[in-house]
Amino acid sequence: MSPDEVVRTIIAPVGATHQAQRANLLQYLCQIQHQLNCIPAAAINQLAGALHISAAEVRGVIEFYAFLHEQPRGQYDILFSDNITDQMLGSRKLLAQLCKRLDTEPGIPREDLRVTIDTTSCTGICEQGPALLVNGLVVSRLDNSRIEQIADLIESEVDATEWPQAFFLVEDNIHRRDQLLSKQTADLTPDGSALRALLQHDATTLLETIEASGLQGRGGAGFSAGKKWRRSKQTEADCRYVVCNADEGEPGTFKDRVLLNSYADSMFEGMTLCAGIIHAQHGYLYLRGEYRYLLESLQQVLQRRRDNKLLGRNILGKQGFDFDIDIHLGAGAYICGEESSLIESLEGKRGIPRKRPPFPATDGYLHKPTVINNVETFMAAAKIAVLGADWFRSSGTADSPGTKLLSISGDCKRPGTYEYPFGVTIRQILDDCGAENTQAVQIAGAAGTTLPITETDHCIAFEDIATAGSFMVFNNDRDLFQIVQNFTHFFAHESCGLCTPCRVGGELLKDLVDKLVNGHATRHDIGEIETIGALMQTASHCGLGSTAPNPILDLLKHFPQLVEKKLAHSNYEPAFDLDAALQESRDITGRDDAGAHIESLP
Amino acid sequence: MSDKNTFLLDGVAIAFNAGDTVMDAALRAGAYIPHLCHNPEFTPHGSCRVCIVDVNGRRRSACTQPAATGLNVDNSSDDIVAERRSLLQMLFVEGNHVCPGCEKSGACQLQAVAYHAGMLSPRFTHFFPQRAVDASHPDTAIDFNRCILCELCVRASNEIDNKQVFTISGRGIGSHLVINSPSGKLGDSNFAATDKAAHVCPVGAILPKHRGYDQPIGERLYDKQPVSIVGDVAAHENDAQGDDHDR
Repeated sequence: MSPDEVVRTIIAPVGATHQAQRANLLQYLCQIQHQLNCIPAAAINQLAGALHISAAEVRGVIEFYAFLHEQPRGQYDILFSDNITDQMLGSRKLLAQLCKRLDTEPGIPREDLRVTIDTTSCTGICEQGPALLVNGLVVSRLDNSRIEQIADLIESEVDATEWPQAFFLVEDNIHRRDQLLSKQTADLTPDGSALRALLQHDATTLLETIEASGLQGRGGAGFSAGKKWRRSKQTEADCRYVVCNADEGEPGTFKDRVLLNSYADSMFEGMTLCAGIIHAQHGYLYLRGEYRYLLESLQQVLQRRRDNKLLGRNILGKQGFDFDIDIHLGAGAYICGEESSLIESLEGKRGIPRKRPPFPATDGYLHKPTVINNVETFMAAAKIAVLGADWFRSSGTADSPGTKLLSISGDCKRPGTYEYPFGVTIRQILDDCGAENTQAVQIAGAAGTTLPITETDHCIAFEDIATAGSFMVFNNDRDLFQIVQNFTHFFAHESCGLCTPCRVGGELLKDLVDKLVNGHATRHDIGEIETIGALMQTASHCGLGSTAPNPILDLLKHFPQLVEKKLAHSNYEPAFDLDAALQESRDITGRDDAGAHIESLP
Repeated sequence: MSDKNTFLLDGVAIAFNAGDTVMDAALRAGAYIPHLCHNPEFTPHGSCRVCIVDVNGRRRSACTQPAATGLNVDNSSDDIVAERRSLLQMLFVEGNHVCPGCEKSGACQLQAVAYHAGMLSPRFTHFFPQRAVDASHPDTAIDFNRCILCELCVRASNEIDNKQVFTISGRGIGSHLVINSPSGKLGDSNFAATDKAAHVCPVGAILPKHRGYDQPIGERLYDKQPVSIVGDVAAHENDAQGDDHDR
């Protein structure tokens, strides 16, 4: 098919309203990118014409999302996951190895447009990494021999879908099951049971049950799910929406990957339950682009549910209980995990966080009342509808009822998904996953908390340390500076660019952390890091900016002796690095010996 | 006015109407809260964060904070002014702001607000981005070096001119203003010097052509009185046009 035809097929179902078509812009772009490995100028103009928007607006959307490109990426678009856990497993060396084998450079398409090799933010395969994405498919457990095989497959032009199936194996790795994932719970709550409970009782009773359970949002913020549902239900509107946030982008989190893979029915059931309670007719699953490989199986689950009368018109035969779910893909933007950015993205726009209030519960998707919850929250709600509030409250603490799924990765013997009642101590978790010689734990991802091993009496709970699930373990051999550097770069890369403190402050912080890591930072620079960090925390527009300085500020707070050793012993050091300035010359001459450097750094 | 409809701004009671933000009420009362991306004619944006204030112990942007009774707003403590100054310093190092040679110097809101906040140096490491100048339009030049991404031109073009000439592209530190035309040049767009978007830029990014440096230093907008008294550049655009030479 010619590019022109591809675009025409994609935007063909013209029956849709303009508003709906405009909201589909990102989905059209994802499809074009997937089929043509870029979005050509002609396609941009075609889309702009069809949707009655400017070509500049279409470009603005393309340039916002890391997975969309105007320039061709080539037959194979390869993205190495660049999370710290991937790096700890050797991802950067493997990337260099593949670049060398294929005679290309990171980030630059090879001249014959065969391949582009690049990095991307955490792909959520942390416990079976290092991982990469090839044309949207996940390759896990990379090692030297797998890289060699990949190089051969690319040189001999074997389509990625034809690569050995073992490459694409992604396991669930569930090592601890509790309330939510136990076999007993599954047996007691077969498919459709929550919806039958809804029809047996009524919406008001079920909403009261959800409220009584004390279920809090599992995405980390912990807002009461029942309150959110009630607020949406009470807002006057001609239609409402239910949205599941499966944009699991926090580095080190992968529990939604497991739920989407093996428990999608429960999640969809929770969404349908919510729809029945608040009277929503339509729902969306916002699936992060990194999990595109799950799209087909999720579509199959949806179809099966339609066939079984659990979705669609007159659900379970109940007149007027109509609800269906579409899946929308993200395209490489961490910020879209923030609920108001996610809504902007669902509407096909750049994922810029909205001003709040108003909150989505009253003014969300297309300015209609919208319930947005995490995958795990919807799943828990479905179980609560059948088994009751008391059952749910029998686990966890008084302030944090229920259980939490944790994604454990890094330096431990048994990385994977663990379900714990809230209130479990960090020490217990470390023991269970086989962590030894631990230096620090990063909880709740890059945006979370760095906890030294001396403080592991803390527990996982909304009243102590809240987390969406990320739990990364670092042993005594790890360089904490490298970890902080990884996180700080991540935030600078993922900043949406709207507000000054995050856009500029994040970039300044990145440069100062680099200076510190390279041994050139002075006491003055540490003061600047603290000032900029504090300003980002209080003055940023959204949570991304306000949590971005956490890693470096935690390092300064918990590990002052390490920082002291890293400082340059002068009061002033220039911001530019003389030796780094010679890199271009080294690249041109192909030299990297001691004589090609100004100084040898420790 | 009743006690019900007031909040405290630096200890002074400010009256507000339903739906007001702290900024709306302050502007109406003639109380100055420094700002750059705000212009009462357009939807509040909350992006530059220069209007940062403390509201009952939390930092908020005054332009997006709904006014309410019981609010105690701190707009001028040393801490708030220091934070505001840091934000301004960030804007100065992000672009290329060469005040001594800039046509807008003395009539630039960024410069005036920086003086108001006591900023004496850019402090942070300059980014020195490479940005091109667009002189393709017969009446208006765009110097992207000075753009602070306030999106006032974007909003003016969308909300008043109904032309959608400007938009933002890129992400993070790579965010940048773009022009909607086949070549990406202003001269190729349907922009006109009479557009609202031509008269809202708080810095020297969107400049009229054919009248360089016609107002002497010492007689410019902020040369005699500070921004807290003079107000926004955009509010004086009509005076400037009135003074304009025949073209």
